[in-house]
Amino acid sequence: MALSGLQIFKLLAKTNCKECGFPTCMAFAMQLAAGKAELDQCPYVSDEAKAALGEASAPPVRKVTVGAGDLAVTVGEETVMYRHEKRFENMPGLGVLITEDMDDAQVSSLLGTLKEQQFNYVGRTLRPRVAAIKAADAGRLAALAAKADAESGAALVLMHDDAAALKAAAEPLKDKKPLLYAATEANFDAVAAVAKELDVPFAIKADTLGALADLGQKALDMDFKEVVLDPSSATLGDVLQDQTLIRRAAIKKTFRALGFPTIGFPCLMTDDRLLEIVYASVFITKYAGIVILSDLDPARTLPLLYLGQNIYTDPQKPMQMDQGVYPINDPTADSPILVTTNFSLTYFTVSSEVEASKVPAWLVIMDVEGQSVLTAWAAGKFVADAIAPFLKKSGIEEKAPHKKIIIPGYVAQISGELEEELGDGWEVQVGVREAADIPKFLRQWSAN
Amino acid sequence: MSFEAPLETTKGNIHEVEIGAGRKVGGETTFPFHLWEGEMPNSPLIAMEVYDEPQSGWPEAVRKVYEDVMDDPVAWARKCQDEFGADAICLQLGSIDPNGTDASADSAAETVKKVAAALDIPVIVYGTGSPDKDAEVLKKIAEATSGAGSPIGPVDDSNFRLVGAAAMGYKNPVIAFTSMDVNLAKQLNVLMTQLGVPEDKIIVDPTTGALGYGLDYCYSIMERDRLAALVQNDAKMQMPIFNNLAPETWKAKEAKVSEEEEPTFGDVETRGILWEAVTATTLLLCGTDILVMRHPQAVTLVRAAIEGLQAQSKEKVAS
Repeated sequence: MALSGLQIFKLLAKTNCKECGFPTCMAFAMQLAAGKAELDQCPYVSDEAKAALGEASAPPVRKVTVGAGDLAVTVGEETVMYRHEKRFENMPGLGVLITEDMDDAQVSSLLGTLKEQQFNYVGRTLRPRVAAIKAADAGRLAALAAKADAESGAALVLMHDDAAALKAAAEPLKDKKPLLYAATEANFDAVAAVAKELDVPFAIKADTLGALADLGQKALDMDFKEVVLDPSSATLGDVLQDQTLIRRAAIKKTFRALGFPTIGFPCLMTDDRLLEIVYASVFITKYAGIVILSDLDPARTLPLLYLGQNIYTDPQKPMQMDQGVYPINDPTADSPILVTTNFSLTYFTVSSEVEASKVPAWLVIMDVEGQSVLTAWAAGKFVADAIAPFLKKSGIEEKAPHKKIIIPGYVAQISGELEEELGDGWEVQVGVREAADIPKFLRQWSAN
Repeated sequence: MSFEAPLETTKGNIHEVEIGAGRKVGGETTFPFHLWEGEMPNSPLIAMEVYDEPQSGWPEAVRKVYEDVMDDPVAWARKCQDEFGADAICLQLGSIDPNGTDASADSAAETVKKVAAALDIPVIVYGTGSPDKDAEVLKKIAEATSGAGSPIGPVDDSNFRLVGAAAMGYKNPVIAFTSMDVNLAKQLNVLMTQLGVPEDKIIVDPTTGALGYGLDYCYSIMERDRLAALVQNDAKMQMPIFNNLAPETWKAKEAKVSEEEEPTFGDVETRGILWEAVTATTLLLCGTDILVMRHPQAVTLVRAAIEGLQAQSKEKVAS
């Protein structure tokens, strides 16, 4: 099925016109082969090439964007079953269910949270982005949708069985690309017609994967690309099973009818607000695209947003901390200074031990492209002639002018050389090898 | 094109390891909770942790649960068994830390004996990760728990000979610890089996990262472990996995920082419980067999997650 980059290249115009956004036809072909570009991006593609490539060139899980602007959510474009094979591409969009039973103040409060809530974690901003609006009354659905858009700018999921109600709510907001939820066996043609007319994404929903695939095939036959799947999993085990089989069919069998991202509603699976978060964590870990919760209490969203980042971070690029001086436990000019690398795990481990020691300290983090201490030392990045100029520029001298620094025990051998490189009154002390020994070390440390 | 569920069968399976009190772990013939295409004969086990000396600096959410039993490991273990329904106890030998109390092997063995005698559930005994001291103590523990089948660890590439020999003599499973690396994990299993430790007496600790603190590494290492075991049928990777997640989770800033200090983070108790429960649930999905946990409410949530994951409508696959 899948063609190699070279096979695809042979079918292209080979003019290197760059209009697709890639520097050469070959580069474009490689991206097509990797499922990272769409054939439509080439304005000169021949019908013959289209026929040959159509199947092979689309990503196995289609890209779908819901919403517009800052809170837009792009999901799909996935190419692997396991994150270590390459990486997972698009972090799931987290959102909240807003229903007609809620009073105005409650709705406004949720929308305010959607607009404001964000967390910073290893240099990324994490936030919920989606408002799913559910109302049996068509007028109320439209009113809540308009309110949600105006007050939060969130990506919208409009929930109703009736295509006319969906149309009424979506039409004024069609440029915001709301997701119509959902087309079923009963209303597929009507909902699909609205999605086509308004040019917005829509969800398909069925009780079995077979029935879902039939709807997916119908959507493909009508040339839809932006479709979201809801397999209506009844239990947590079914969530795992449905999400796994959908992803497996798409990736391993190039089964296009299920080659779309999914949406899940842990909020509708349990009344226990804590268990709901545990359920949501299964959706996030196991391939879901959009996950809808019953509220946005930060104590509940924070673990899920971190989880999304953890699962979707690129395993081939170690998570890195920003280079710089990190104060821990309110240090002063006399506090100890520890130097280490910007590998996120190194930072997390060291900083949490320093914190636990209750000893005020400065942690100076050096950018070595996210490598651990020993790896960076072996690669010549965490060595005396690199550390010395970095320390002098780091600004630590202004914060703590005592010129005594502590290096990790694993690089004890560089202490002499580093002292020489630093010159002029600096003193290099060798710290411990294991982070767990830091508290004891710091408690015994004294500046003199 | 009609849909046919793409099922995957495996060549290998995970060894079943007896851990005492008639319980077993492992035995999976498929990926975690893929009950539609294989078997998972033993539910993942939730071992609640008990320390052999009082712990300081714990977040309020967990401190208040155990403050009445902190200085009595027997009462602590009983509380976990009787009140919280723990499947097993993981006795963490904090007292033997050479940088701490530095308690003797004999005193640790005494505690282990007392705790084990008071319980009907398996006891896992875990040292502090100081290889020399752990070896000295774990040898004594093997002797003290002779015949009970208590798993002991951590055993690493520097002390596996000493501990492995004792464990073989007294028939304890050993928990082989390696630092977040699939190849090192395999290498230690090879060394241990060469020493003569039977494959079904080895459990592995691949290093556990908490949510936000290395869980991503841990998750992928465990997925790769399971692929090697099940798909490649690598006998040296077919060991049940042990995740000592409680100490890692409750060290995370996000699990313990107060709402006063981080006003945007929300209620600290809810956050702490979820930090542990979400970490544990994620580990369930990449192949854990033993979860070491601390907060009883997190334990309840994870038990519900296990039951939920086991509830599958099998007819769906055939649809």
